[in-house]
Amino acid sequence: MADLSIVFAGIKAPNPFWLASAPPTDKAYNVVRAFEAGWGGVVWKTLGEDPAAVNVSSRYSAHYGANREVLGINNIELITDRSLEINLREITQVKKDWPDRALIVSLMVPCVEESWKNILPLVEATGCDGIELNFGCPHGMPERGMGAAVGQVPEYVEQVTRWCKTYCSLPVIVKLTPNITDIRLAARAAYRGGADAVSLINTINSITSVDLERMVALPTVGTQSTHGGYCGSAVKPIALNMVAEIARDPQTHGLPICGIGGIGNWRDAAEFVALGCGAVQVCTAAMLHGFRIVEEMKDGLSRWMDSQGYTSLQDFSGRAVGNTTDWKYLDINYQVIAKIDQAACIGCGRCHIACEDTSHQAIASLKQADGTHKYEVIDDECVGCNLCQITCPVADCIEMVVVDTGKPFLNWTQDPRNPYREAV
Amino acid sequence: MIQTLTHLPHPHEDGATLASHFTDLAPPLNARQAQLEASRCLYCYDAPCVNACPSEIDIPSFIRNLHTDNVQGAAQKILSANILGGSCARVCPTEILCQQACVRNNAEECAPVLIGLLQRYAIDNAHFSEHPFQRAATTGKRIAVVGAGPAGLACAHRAALHGHDVVIFEAREKAGGLNEYGIAKYKLVDDFAQKELDFLLQIGGIEIRHGQRLGDNLTLSELHQHFDAVFLGLGLAASKQLGLPHEDAPGLLAATDYIRELRQADDLSQLPLADRCIVLGAGNTAIDMAVQMARLGARDVNLVYRRGLADMGATGHEQDIAKANQVRLLTWAQPEEVLLDAEGHVRGMRFARTHMDNGRLQPTGETFELAADAIFKAIGQGFDNAALHDPLAQQLQRVGARIFVDEHLRTSIPGVYAGGDCVSLGQDLTVQAVQHGKLAAEAMHAQLMLNVEAA
Repeated sequence: MADLSIVFAGIKAPNPFWLASAPPTDKAYNVVRAFEAGWGGVVWKTLGEDPAAVNVSSRYSAHYGANREVLGINNIELITDRSLEINLREITQVKKDWPDRALIVSLMVPCVEESWKNILPLVEATGCDGIELNFGCPHGMPERGMGAAVGQVPEYVEQVTRWCKTYCSLPVIVKLTPNITDIRLAARAAYRGGADAVSLINTINSITSVDLERMVALPTVGTQSTHGGYCGSAVKPIALNMVAEIARDPQTHGLPICGIGGIGNWRDAAEFVALGCGAVQVCTAAMLHGFRIVEEMKDGLSRWMDSQGYTSLQDFSGRAVGNTTDWKYLDINYQVIAKIDQAACIGCGRCHIACEDTSHQAIASLKQADGTHKYEVIDDECVGCNLCQITCPVADCIEMVVVDTGKPFLNWTQDPRNPYREAV
Repeated sequence: MIQTLTHLPHPHEDGATLASHFTDLAPPLNARQAQLEASRCLYCYDAPCVNACPSEIDIPSFIRNLHTDNVQGAAQKILSANILGGSCARVCPTEILCQQACVRNNAEECAPVLIGLLQRYAIDNAHFSEHPFQRAATTGKRIAVVGAGPAGLACAHRAALHGHDVVIFEAREKAGGLNEYGIAKYKLVDDFAQKELDFLLQIGGIEIRHGQRLGDNLTLSELHQHFDAVFLGLGLAASKQLGLPHEDAPGLLAATDYIRELRQADDLSQLPLADRCIVLGAGNTAIDMAVQMARLGARDVNLVYRRGLADMGATGHEQDIAKANQVRLLTWAQPEEVLLDAEGHVRGMRFARTHMDNGRLQPTGETFELAADAIFKAIGQGFDNAALHDPLAQQLQRVGARIFVDEHLRTSIPGVYAGGDCVSLGQDLTVQAVQHGKLAAEAMHAQLMLNVEAA
């Protein structure tokens, strides 16, 4: 079996599955249960200065799929609502009891040097393995000048990271907010400040739904609501892109990345690793199903790695980064067209109507003698957009087949049709 | 009381216990089940289920409405195509219609979407505060509908919707036709046929006159004279005969006669019980008869058919219901003689075993006897010729016994339309009858309005 153990930014862990700083890592009881279940590490729920934060009720709301599966959760919970002293005591004990697991402490204090200078030695004294700077929380805390309010200003990110490196000897992971136009600016700032790693993404500003009877968004607190932070599988595509943006940015080359955002199974994790991550953090999936999910995650990842001949995460970490590029470097002469496996087709007609109404009228609906319809791709009209394959309910029924155009690789910077092409 | 069975005992169980054997055969979905089931629909385009529905209900659309908490929208979508969508949801053989065609009925999928139950959910839970269709301004045109069965009612509703005044002439005490008198009790519970009728009549402009029987106190000539258009939804009122001696003996009767009595009975314990019985036939009526007798407490129920299981008109689903109720399906045997006891009551039947010989059904020469307290004939319904004896009615072109109609449900006599089981077109199904009635009303409306414009 493949070796899942990692050393991430100098932090050792038996596996790359860590729990993100969030309600599941709020206190010793939960964290111990997580370690018992087999998690490789946890990022303890964000500590702040006393007095501790006060939370409201209710706190979460969800965006559902067609069969009530949760696509994403939105939360308005703040950082820990327990005293610093209790948290530090518990962290010390848990680390002592579980020395082989990664225990990272998330921190958020006001953006003044004194605050950081005060808290860092207390945290370091717990024996924890590293700290994570919460520059991402998008609800509540930014109104007080913390969380995303820091993460959205690269200068602050750099400054606070530098303070932490100055007043603490532990590895510093900077957690980035996605509520920003270009994630690379924040990553570069962290890098300049001396960060040992970045972790991303934190949650995305969101309102999941509106109660149309009461005319108030969810989650509701009395008759009111506020925006929260969105997480869960729905945010995975956004997180993957932001991870890739940083992974292929020459300015932050070599900066370890801890992937967060909608990871619910081994495949999600492997995808983050392929785009450059050295570890991953999970929250929503555990909140929906409990800590036991790590068992299947470890087993699945390990078996897949075996099947690929990878002996450690490093073997494939970042393997997909080189194949992720700017649009202008894509091969303009590459062509695929849809091919429908008639034996697998169940005749739902979704490919036809999707293409007919919204794409390129490239799938013919042929009425058969028995009243059913046969769907056939009109090769000359198909541009290879993948839409039919996406809407088809049967996996592998529609294949996108590469067509040999006989033309060489040509990207847009070289294309004669591009008036701004680069001189060859 | 059924005269021919007065010599038989009553069921052993009390009325309340018996009633519990006749509750919903297929219980309705609850809200959660409906949500789960609706989510399985793939919202097909040119959906095979719609193509398979004789009444052309836009099934993907109503299911999508259901799934997005728009139950009334779902119900209205169904009712706009089929005003008897509630009873069709209960009595349609969906296993050979929409659900057979469902793309999820593919071998690679799990099972078809339960379209019938979803349709029922939508209709049962719509709770309209007023009739969902608004009647058009009155046209002053008068339409006669003969027969208040599914075809006649669908025709009446659609014609009334277009602003015409409709009079329905119905022979029996209650409207509803087979939904009221002919469908197995456990398929249409809680007096659903009458509830559906009340709902349908809310459109306004429909008068029902009971005790009016064509060929008895009513003639087509009169109707044709006094109304702007006539729709014949006569059904098939006559049960086919065996053509054997003693066909009138006590203990031998048409299954439809017994089922009608059962459907109208307030106390099932007062019905005659044939502890040992024979049902002759192979259609859904035969199954309904056999299963209902079994549920009344009969211990020995034999359904006998002269051909094989694969030839039966009853669907596999119906055959399974029979088997689940301990009905014995005997095939390849045809009636040869009605056996009587000393008092002249039915005591059984002798059957000739049959087989296929050069493509023809032939007796093998072997016979056997089955003891029975009653024999129920469910060998098909025929046209009641007495209905069409007046001079004009006799001019109706026929296909076999049935009335010829074109695709617009027009008979050979201008202004006279027909639909449902009495015509030559389509299958003998409730949903088909509804479609006939609807299309006939549209054809009448188009013709009547054309005449108005021309005038």
